[in-house]
Amino acid sequence: MIRDTVTDEVLLRKPKFIALLFSIILLCFFIIDPSQSIMGQLLEPALGDPEQSGVYGRFVTSFMLAALLVLNLLAISFIPHFRLQVIVVWIQLLILFLSFFYSFDLSFVFIRSKIWFMVTQGIFTTLYVSAISIVIASCIAIIGAIAKMSSNGFAYAIASFYTSFFRGLPLLMQVYLIYLGLPQIGYVIDAVPAGIIALSLCYGAYMTEIFRAGIMSIDAGQWEGSRALGFNFSLIMRKIILPQSIPLIIPPTGNQFIAMLKDSSLVSVIGVWELMFLARTLGNKTFNHMEMLITAAMLYWMMTMVLELIQSRIERKYQKRQSR
Amino acid sequence: MSEDNKNTKETIISIKEMNKFYGDFQALSDINLDVKVGERIVICGPSGSGKSTLIRCVNRLEAHQSGSVSVNGVELHQHMKNIDKVRSEVGMVFQHFNLFPHMTILENCTAGPMWVNNMSPADAHEMAMNYLNRVRIPEQANKYPAQLSGGQQQRVAIARSLCMNPKVMLFDEPTSALDPEMVSEVLDTMTDLAESGMTMICVTHEMGFAKRVADRVIFMDEGKIVESNEPIAFFESPKSERTKKFLSQVLVH
Repeated sequence: MIRDTVTDEVLLRKPKFIALLFSIILLCFFIIDPSQSIMGQLLEPALGDPEQSGVYGRFVTSFMLAALLVLNLLAISFIPHFRLQVIVVWIQLLILFLSFFYSFDLSFVFIRSKIWFMVTQGIFTTLYVSAISIVIASCIAIIGAIAKMSSNGFAYAIASFYTSFFRGLPLLMQVYLIYLGLPQIGYVIDAVPAGIIALSLCYGAYMTEIFRAGIMSIDAGQWEGSRALGFNFSLIMRKIILPQSIPLIIPPTGNQFIAMLKDSSLVSVIGVWELMFLARTLGNKTFNHMEMLITAAMLYWMMTMVLELIQSRIERKYQKRQSR
Repeated sequence: MSEDNKNTKETIISIKEMNKFYGDFQALSDINLDVKVGERIVICGPSGSGKSTLIRCVNRLEAHQSGSVSVNGVELHQHMKNIDKVRSEVGMVFQHFNLFPHMTILENCTAGPMWVNNMSPADAHEMAMNYLNRVRIPEQANKYPAQLSGGQQQRVAIARSLCMNPKVMLFDEPTSALDPEMVSEVLDTMTDLAESGMTMICVTHEMGFAKRVADRVIFMDEGKIVESNEPIAFFESPKSERTKKFLSQVLVH
């Protein structure tokens, strides 16, 4: 997106807008009734027992919360630097989330006793299953993309049937079909290979379209220029077209990898000991479900954040190369 | 010089009764054209007259539906085995250069000789520098195409084609996409090439170039060759009304 050089006045500098925002927030708080919240407890000396304070107490608590929120927004709007503003908002949201989880009254001792196993067994399995799958999926995607652009009827038919089928079924069902279906034709397969096959086939189908779009976006002149020099198809593909489409293919492929990292949780249903499987099973015996689920959620989130960081680095590198 | 040689020299491109269709639309009809070694031909005509399509049929970037096209004695058809060999002997320069943007100027020039003609990197490098010298941009060898001006890019494209040691050079409106001040540097390069005896077919609107360099000027309209003559006769006493009208429109400036 290209930003305009002229921008509107900051909304939070307009008294009318602040008044409107305050009223809406106040109304929202009033409806959900915060008199039992921390704010209600803080105001106890002035209002008396929250349960006894009635509509008046409910209004005052809401008013205080709304005022606090709007003041916070105003304060943030005065931060001069864009990045600093972003960081402050992130930290505040993070604190809100953590206090939300904290309110579940989690057993941190239990989490501490299990987290090492979740990281070494769960994250490790999740990562290697996803990594192997994305590599196989990329290979399938190159072949699929070339087949889909081919004038050979067989190749096109097989490739389009494949993408249609694997994009048309839920991944969970594919996992079941491969794990439970292959033994029917006499080939018993372990959970991990079955999971990898399912993820590879499913993502290969999606990535076929990514690769095809990447290859198609290369100017026809590149084909003609190389043909006129006497290059054959494989030479043109390997040396001219693919090197130019890779920068276009990498960002969406990174996206697919992040999506796959989370979708790999589906192979937990066939008993692969990855993060999701551990999250569901570790807390079972002692009824610490919430602890394990939230821990796994945080671990997934951290993994994707790291991957997003890596992806944006790679993207920037390719952008630089294009603008040289 | 070409006057004496023309009859004795062998024919390198031979097009007979060639027709080309895009669906129902006939793009070229009954084209007959023989090009002899060393001959310089300029093809002109209004846009959509089939000039580009004609020269794209010569290295079979386009397919023809009937008649025959032969290059160096090899007839071009759908199931031929050695099209890459034929193409490597026919250089082509495009309106939009079609350089490879992910490779340096030098790599653009050495790719063909190394990958198609199995030349050693050292020899390919030497030859590329030799041709880059000839088009007067050896100092740009390690830059990327996007860093060069349009005129420079087109000269690289010419050098890249020459590195394949082609027997014929095809030019498809090589100056049409250039800023006006860059046209002459490309035309000068083409003139040098013509003087070195290269067989050339040029589709161009540069009538000055045609007058100076061509052995034969061909005028096309609506997919047909309307008139074909030596430049002096072509420009001073065109036979057909259509040619006269076209020239009056082009030569006003």
